[in-house]
Amino acid sequence: MIPELGQFALIVALILSVVQGVVPLVGAQTGNRAWVRLAWPAVSGQAVFVFLSFACLVWSFLQNDFSVAYVANNSNSALPTLYRVSATWGAHEGSMLLWVVMLAFWGVAVAARSKHLPEMFAARVIAVLGLISFGFMLFTLMTSNPFDRLIPAAFDGRDLNPLLQDPALAIHPPMLYMGYVGFAVAFSFAIAAMLEGKMDAAWSRWARPWTTIAWVFLTLGIALGSWWAYYELGWGGWWFWDPVENASFMPWLAGTALIHSLAVTEKRGLFKSWTLLLAISAFSLSLLGTFLVRSGVLVSVHAFATDPERGRFILAFLVTVIGGALGLYAWRAPLLKSNEGFGKVSKETFLLANNVLLIIALLVVLLGTLFPLFMDAMGGGKYSVGPQYFAAVFVIPTIPLVLLMGFGMHSIWRRDNFARIARRLRVPMGAAIVLGVALPWMLYGQPSVMTAIGFTAGLWVIGTALFDPVRGLLDKSRKVRVTRGTWGMIVAHLGIGIFILGVTATESYSIHRDQALRIGESIEVSGYKVTFESLKPATGPNFTATEASFVITRNGEHVVSLNPQKRTYRVQRNPMTEAGIDGSLARDLYVALGEPLGGEAWSMRFQYKPLVRLIWLGCIFMALGGLIAITDKRYRVVVKKENKASGREALAGGTS
Amino acid sequence: MTARQQRMLIVVLVLAGVGVATAFGLRAFQENLLYYYTPTQVQAGEPPLNRKFRVGGLVVPGTVGNEPGKLEKTFDLTDNGAMVTVHFAGILPDLFREGQGIIAHGKLNDEGVFYAEEVLAKHDENYMPPEVAESLKQIHGEEPSQ
Repeated sequence: MIPELGQFALIVALILSVVQGVVPLVGAQTGNRAWVRLAWPAVSGQAVFVFLSFACLVWSFLQNDFSVAYVANNSNSALPTLYRVSATWGAHEGSMLLWVVMLAFWGVAVAARSKHLPEMFAARVIAVLGLISFGFMLFTLMTSNPFDRLIPAAFDGRDLNPLLQDPALAIHPPMLYMGYVGFAVAFSFAIAAMLEGKMDAAWSRWARPWTTIAWVFLTLGIALGSWWAYYELGWGGWWFWDPVENASFMPWLAGTALIHSLAVTEKRGLFKSWTLLLAISAFSLSLLGTFLVRSGVLVSVHAFATDPERGRFILAFLVTVIGGALGLYAWRAPLLKSNEGFGKVSKETFLLANNVLLIIALLVVLLGTLFPLFMDAMGGGKYSVGPQYFAAVFVIPTIPLVLLMGFGMHSIWRRDNFARIARRLRVPMGAAIVLGVALPWMLYGQPSVMTAIGFTAGLWVIGTALFDPVRGLLDKSRKVRVTRGTWGMIVAHLGIGIFILGVTATESYSIHRDQALRIGESIEVSGYKVTFESLKPATGPNFTATEASFVITRNGEHVVSLNPQKRTYRVQRNPMTEAGIDGSLARDLYVALGEPLGGEAWSMRFQYKPLVRLIWLGCIFMALGGLIAITDKRYRVVVKKENKASGREALAGGTS
Repeated sequence: MTARQQRMLIVVLVLAGVGVATAFGLRAFQENLLYYYTPTQVQAGEPPLNRKFRVGGLVVPGTVGNEPGKLEKTFDLTDNGAMVTVHFAGILPDLFREGQGIIAHGKLNDEGVFYAEEVLAKHDENYMPPEVAESLKQIHGEEPSQ
């Protein structure tokens, strides 16, 4: 009964999404106010039924209803409760439903906050969100229905993939999807602006916090995925340039560019059509990412063959959304001209450079990710692009990017003078160069050129981000009021600097040793002595394991005992490596157990990873910066005042 | 230098920088482009020597071996047509098993042994790398049972 209720609720939501998507748009076009106002009840109703549908699926998991095929394939009666909930989005069908839930959530959020917006404009935004919902729900119902029954019902489920039985991975997809789907709001704002043919400073001020909050979620989602890969999957790697990772990173790059371009559009009324194009791109790449990852397309185009219907639907949907948006853009964007100019050196120039470099970085990733798909589809053979390509080429645009970041933060609008900025920043610049070479040398040993560049870049960004706050502290007489928006910018950029330091140290000075060891034997790796003490069986709720004990000493002093496991899950029978990690801000020690090699020996991996935690700490700072920025007063108070006027004006424009 | 010459110089420098960066990027792209070969193609001598490529197939049961207590191991890969011996000195992925479809990255030596730098088996036990599925299909003319 419950699964049928879930499916029925989804169908009702689908119908309501048509109302939400079509009626307000027609109303706005023809000036029918009652139709415009229908957007609000429609979005609320749609959300209620989507949430109900999702709750039914969660309920089926909690009740171990193995007569539902999706539950039977992805859960088991021995699965702990937390993972039974997270199993809801553990595979394709459920994650599509999660997508729809997130979209409904964003729709309701926009509707709830829309008192600040002109009615007509808000209705259009809500309507576009409704159309996207419609596409996703149709896709879910037609090709990926999570409520399909299994007849006869399974006696027990096939269990959730053991790799996904992890707390970080339980919340990774919802975070990531909040980000992906959040860009739908910026996208809808862009479409609505193009439909109205009007895009002023107020528009940017509405669009900015929505874009930023989506970006915050995406940042945290990607960081969680990387963290999970580090300790669960990747044998100590934190980023693999895997197509699946790239699929989430590309919208992040586009979203980051969008945030910066929105700043210019808000403050100076420039880059309007560019901002629109970025808003379209960020969401299009999110769509691409979702579909590529979840439909298996990325593994190969031929994965389409397993379910040609899914593949065709996806292509049609992508073409409709992206093509439609770009078509509208080509038609309407020329209306949005800006007449302002700006000096050769100015904040505008720096932000333009930021955008250009971010887009180059995006294209580098896009090329490496889609080229194999493209060649395969064209019958050109089976290629893959090695991670070394990304690692080598990605730094080309990002080095100037971080260098200019420091200057850009301290430049002023309209017209600036490079010599002035350089003079002002000479202290952090000198310090970054000296410390960028000296610090790694003292801590870890002689740095290579790239290592020194990395440390310098990280310290430069940190130094320039903290420059004004530190000076404010030192010199109490100069009381400068700093807005929350600026604080957010400072904290987020600080995060970038911390991140760069973490990446550089980890990539430059990590030690990695694979070794065959017998019980009682030990290896010595740069001062650390790792001894394989013992091996014993262990059990968990749904797995059995072999647990090793490694004792690590340094200069004869005990550092830590680590107990990595090799698990075998009862249902899926997959062996799983559970690494032993001793983490601290300064370094991680990492021991993982490989396989028995005969003669009492096991293969094992020992790793020493300096500053690796700064990678995720940096991401947390970036997200925190975004959160601080959206609490800026101007997104609330000022908007309210202006809207009274512009709302009437927009309405008059729409009805004429 | 006049302002105009200065501007020209900046433009030239930027263009030169972009040119060098593009050339470097494309070279890195080309160098890291790994082509996929089936064991049959490897046996026929199609892949180039001294260049990294990928080979994939099913791990032949009974061929996975290592000297007791040693990390280095060898195993055979097959597409049910030909076989290629793979040498690997590292920790095999969790899902590496006999009969499983896997992909290895590495180079071929003079004796026709493939020295793998990386061995990939996917997260899903039912998953067959599409390249491997395709090459099995070519041999049998039918969809492989997964």
